Amino acid sequence: MKEINKILLLGSGALKIGQAGEFDYSGSQALKAIREEGKYSVLINPNIATVQTSEGVADKIYYLPVTPEYVEKVIQKERPDGILLSFGGQTALNCGVELYQKGVLEKYDVQVLGTPVQAIIDTEDREIFAGKLREIGVKTPRSIAANNMEEALAAAKELGFPIIVRAAYTLGGLGSGFCSNEEELRKLAASAFSYSPQILVEESLKGWKEVEYEVVRDQYDNCITVCNMENFDPLGIHTGESIVVAPSQTLSNSEYHKLRAIAIKIIRHIGIVGECNVQYTLDPNSEDYRVIEVNARLSRSSALASKATGYPLAFVAAKLGLGYGLHEIKNSVTKVTTACFEPALDYVVCKIPRWDLNKFEGVSKLIGSSMKSVGEIMAIGRTFEEAIQKGLRMVGQGMHGFVGNKIEIPDVDEELVNPTDKRIFAIAEAFDKGYDVDKIHEMTRIDRWFLQRLQNIHHLKNELNKYSTITGVSSVLLRKAKQMGFSDFQIGRLAIKNDRLTAHQKMLEVREYRKGLGILPCIKQIDTLAGEYPAMTNYLYATYNGTENDIQYEHDGRSVIVLGSGAYRIGSSVEFDWCGVSALNTIKKMGYRSVMINYNPETVSTDYDTCDRLYFDELSFERVMDIVEFEEPKGVIVSTGGQIPNNLAMRLNGQHVNILGTSAESIDRAEDRQKFSTMCDQLGIDQPRWKELTSLEDIYKFVDEVGFPLLIRPSYVLSGAAMNVVSNKEELVHFLELAAEVSKDHPVVVTEFIEQAKEVEIDAVAQNGEIKVYAISEHVEFAGVHSGDATIVFPAQKLYVETMRRIKKIARAIAKELNISGPFNMQFLAKDNDIKVIECNLRASRSFPFVSKVLKFNFIEMATRIMLGEHVKELNKSVFDLDYVGVKASQFSFARLLKADPVLGVDMSSTGEVGCIGENYYEAILKSMISVGHRIPEKNILISSGPSRSKVELLNSTRMLIDKGYTIFATAGTAKFFAENNIEVTVLHWPDEEKEPNIMDYLRNQKIDLVINIPKNHTKRELDNGYKIRRAAVDYNIPLITNARLASAFIYAICKVDKDDIAIKSWDEYK
Amino acid sequence: MQNLKKARLVLQDGTVYEGTSFGYEKSVSGEVVFYTAMTGYPESLTDPSYKGQILVPTYPMIGNYGVPVDDQENGVSKFFESDKIHCTALIISDYSFAYSHWNSQKSLGQWLKEQQIPGLFGIDTRALTKKLREHGAMLGRIEFDNISIPFYDPNENNIVDEVSTREVIEYGHGKYKVILVDCGVKYNIIRCLLKRDVTIKRVPWNYDFTREACDGYFLSNGPGDPAKCDVTIEHIKKILAGDKPIMGICLGNQLMARAAGASTYKLKYGHRSHNQPVMQPGSNRCYITSQNHGFAIDDKTLPEEWEPLFVNVNDGTNEGIRHKTKPFFSAQFHPEASSGPVDTEYLFDEFIENIRKYSK
Repeated sequence: MKEINKILLLGSGALKIGQAGEFDYSGSQALKAIREEGKYSVLINPNIATVQTSEGVADKIYYLPVTPEYVEKVIQKERPDGILLSFGGQTALNCGVELYQKGVLEKYDVQVLGTPVQAIIDTEDREIFAGKLREIGVKTPRSIAANNMEEALAAAKELGFPIIVRAAYTLGGLGSGFCSNEEELRKLAASAFSYSPQILVEESLKGWKEVEYEVVRDQYDNCITVCNMENFDPLGIHTGESIVVAPSQTLSNSEYHKLRAIAIKIIRHIGIVGECNVQYTLDPNSEDYRVIEVNARLSRSSALASKATGYPLAFVAAKLGLGYGLHEIKNSVTKVTTACFEPALDYVVCKIPRWDLNKFEGVSKLIGSSMKSVGEIMAIGRTFEEAIQKGLRMVGQGMHGFVGNKIEIPDVDEELVNPTDKRIFAIAEAFDKGYDVDKIHEMTRIDRWFLQRLQNIHHLKNELNKYSTITGVSSVLLRKAKQMGFSDFQIGRLAIKNDRLTAHQKMLEVREYRKGLGILPCIKQIDTLAGEYPAMTNYLYATYNGTENDIQYEHDGRSVIVLGSGAYRIGSSVEFDWCGVSALNTIKKMGYRSVMINYNPETVSTDYDTCDRLYFDELSFERVMDIVEFEEPKGVIVSTGGQIPNNLAMRLNGQHVNILGTSAESIDRAEDRQKFSTMCDQLGIDQPRWKELTSLEDIYKFVDEVGFPLLIRPSYVLSGAAMNVVSNKEELVHFLELAAEVSKDHPVVVTEFIEQAKEVEIDAVAQNGEIKVYAISEHVEFAGVHSGDATIVFPAQKLYVETMRRIKKIARAIAKELNISGPFNMQFLAKDNDIKVIECNLRASRSFPFVSKVLKFNFIEMATRIMLGEHVKELNKSVFDLDYVGVKASQFSFARLLKADPVLGVDMSSTGEVGCIGENYYEAILKSMISVGHRIPEKNILISSGPSRSKVELLNSTRMLIDKGYTIFATAGTAKFFAENNIEVTVLHWPDEEKEPNIMDYLRNQKIDLVINIPKNHTKRELDNGYKIRRAAVDYNIPLITNARLASAFIYAICKVDKDDIAIKSWDEYK
Repeated sequence: MQNLKKARLVLQDGTVYEGTSFGYEKSVSGEVVFYTAMTGYPESLTDPSYKGQILVPTYPMIGNYGVPVDDQENGVSKFFESDKIHCTALIISDYSFAYSHWNSQKSLGQWLKEQQIPGLFGIDTRALTKKLREHGAMLGRIEFDNISIPFYDPNENNIVDEVSTREVIEYGHGKYKVILVDCGVKYNIIRCLLKRDVTIKRVPWNYDFTREACDGYFLSNGPGDPAKCDVTIEHIKKILAGDKPIMGICLGNQLMARAAGASTYKLKYGHRSHNQPVMQPGSNRCYITSQNHGFAIDDKTLPEEWEPLFVNVNDGTNEGIRHKTKPFFSAQFHPEASSGPVDTEYLFDEFIENIRKYSK
């Protein structure tokens, strides 16, 4: 074997549904392992907001697309000895397999470290995989292909009812379903054959349990299973959509070890070196099982298993790839025992997915076999009740646990049988309606054990409900409630009936009474060995099921607590993890004790060696106060974790917790719309006109003043998106009547919407009101596209110097007025040097990692130094010194969200982002767009250019395309406009015109390489032709652009920059 | 909420934990030990090696899947490791009053009551475990209604005698005949042998088997201090002089070592878990094993013709020995598992292979 000194690691690119922050975590761990070995690492990952793409993690970083084409170019340039494919999700794995099959790896003599590529291929192909498992007598679900009705009936006879029918080659599960008898099969098969020439008849395992094992193997054939996990939801719900517990709760020893032994048999037979995960389904009435899937790479589940057990799976897998044996690696928690062992847990963890389905128009809310969740949380407790109630709060969608919520489930029975993201709360309501465990089990197929435990919570809620004051509640009952994971808020809501008290006052009353009774949480360690050996690291959680703390506190005032960002969601993801980790690193560097509170298993900040103490626990007022009381810290940082910690600032301040940096009062002055507006008026800073209104009449009166279009933000939404732009009275009435409630309790904020305005952002850090570093960036799209979805350019390339000057001036005035010490971000509208402020956040923003890395100056490090009281000097570096441009582009996950309209609006819908650096604007645009899945079109482009403004916008670019030799297809109106401007294009008919040539045929037959479809207005509710075109583009995997400005920028880029001119340069080469 | 009786666990050093009873209500005393396995309480409770011990599982929720039906197969219970619960009491953090499993017949609490075994929940088992880790295994007692009985140290008594069979029992009709010396045998050892075409003659711990016709000997697991089994050790000395294959497990490992002339000692708090890594010296092979022992062989005292077969990777203690030339070997861990991982069941195959070679 040749010596491996230089190792290439493929990252996973932008976060998307099904592939999120967990790969930043696994990649970072692998890079740490490489560094520890003294080897040189090269990383390719365009996701600029990640921790792994930060200084000091990899030796060389390329912000380039993880596609065979670019990876080959990097290999050609860097000539690495080895490559790691299993740390960057499916993206890296697919890319690696393709490079292998094309002979690229062989050509450059790059050795695949860890699991051989053939083993990966064996697990990826369903047929090969089933065959491989048959060789060792391991069962997979039985499935028979049928080409006609007779074959289908014969197949069903062989398998026995119930069965599942799946139509091959269709999208979105058309023609698929369950059949419990011949009659149902005849009906369904007939319909399925109308979509597809072949159907698959499969045995139905509906209602079976779902169990996973994380398995590790080294080159000496030593195997361990690090963790097993059991799904709360039965088979049929994707494991990414399921509530999951670890370890398994309802499996007997014999079941547990039978599946464990099979997992080891499989990993040996396939020949994995490193880590893989085996998913089973287990009969709830016997020990019969099937293997559903094997993932020959680090996965979301392995990240969860790492956090659940404290076993650093990715780190170990990387070491095994470098040739170590399991027994040669130390357990990094105990530091004295070996990594060749299986963690013993003395707690239970509960993972709960986070969905953001309300952000999408038209998407089905049912949860099932495809993944729709955008993030997840992990809760730790010593009872299931404690863990799940913590977890339901952590998800962060206004729920306070399993009970005590204000939520309406219109049809409980329907929800139990056909679950949506609200299912768990339907169970709570079912108990309220008097359903028993057996009935709910019949309807949901959730194991009775879980339901019994939930029923315990329900019973306790009824107990608490009998009281009207907290002092009536006995110490025994109160302790019981805390042991079952009830928060003080929940208890206050249930047991205090005095309506004059606010929820916060009730909570404080419970807290005081509880502390008086000596009912306090205790802090326990996660040590991988259930206490058998002393643990050296401080991976902690709080529980009421215990009487003794594992930690002895120093009481030296040198702890600095950083509040993390919670579950990844649309609008808050890996970028805040980077901010948190940067803050922790700085705290450590300055000689303080770094303490993190966070509960997101997909993050680096929840890695126990990232900080001195990690509390894997809630970011609630109650829990943060508990930890503050234990730690007695120097202070708490609330400005690097996004909105969750920001929202806690005032309440923590109310309890005299030292908020480091900008004061809580200032944060409140920026957060409170009214206070902020008053301040802007005083400072002479312009804002778009707005009003908070409580009746329809007032809204109409305001409309008469400012005119259309308007941005409407209701405080209570009945259905659909929370925010909308309306262009006329009809739309306004429609939106307000259907989607929102307007009343005194639910006011609506109406804001004037300025069209054709540029959106500009400033990210900055100030000390005592004086700006020390700033970055001004501009959006490619005009205002109206949410800043989280917009394509952002830094340094701004197309702003008037005057605009920049004015923005700086406003930012300075605000920094001074609010006496900012720390990070902040402002957003502006700029039209003809007319500047209006639209937002101001006295915290780090989503774009902090992007601007920090492009400018090569860590904004968070400076902000943290300031917050800890160090006097800093203003950065003496001008953006004019930069010989390059950074572009941040957004990643959308519409393909996963069946039926959702893939259009951009004022509400954010992207799930991730990339940031690429180019020699110039166009090169940077091109790199970043390719990184989020766009391709340089081969030949045919379809343009449907929408409103006249966008038609004009696209005129020049279309000419360029034609000059470049592209064939342009267009819808009738667009074609007519082009013809009037002497551009000849081919007309395609609208989907609803039953005429040839039709757009739908062209899309279906993959005759189009790029679709540019600009919606006519800003509302997301056109279920018309435009929607059909956009949706088909997504479903047939054809790149789609829905914004004229972005389309134009992309077209310019592909026409001006030749593919071969794209520079393959690492981050450090841009100077 | 149910009205449940409170009781106390009092340790030798005076520490008191208050818990709530879910089992039989009587005061008892024994040696308090923790085990870190996350599954398998029906198997552990019926494991004779836990005789005299107050068991503390570190996994907090116990009782989730109830207690299986007591079916019999080939003369032994199908789901238990002996005919009754052997430990003295069970101490847990959280008891699952409701249980759910297709094979369950009753709750853990009901079973404990039937078998007259106390069980307490609501105790900080992690704190208790850390105490046992720091101080070493300790004696303790459970007090109901403030009635306390004297501390009892099982290791000072011959508890093997209490758990061993009183009579000779035969199982199976296999090709090879194996004498199973029962010092408190787990049924899964019997099941593992029967699967391999063996006729078993199970004999009491003090039975003189040295003159019996057979193809091999099996020295079972069992509770307590190996030094108390001097009668068995004398018998083993005799068969070591011959060359019929011998395999031992756990206490059997320690007895074999003592018969060979090595010494044994008490570990600070023992190994009781499903996740103990053991290695074969001189190889890169590592196995995850199920363990339950408080004593160990002192490697340094092994005679010349013997060598360690396995070593614990975490603390370097002995995990098995073998004779350098004769077909004698034993393991400190439990290759028969139940409960625990089954990775080392192949050792039974090696034993049978030794017998096959010898019988030729």
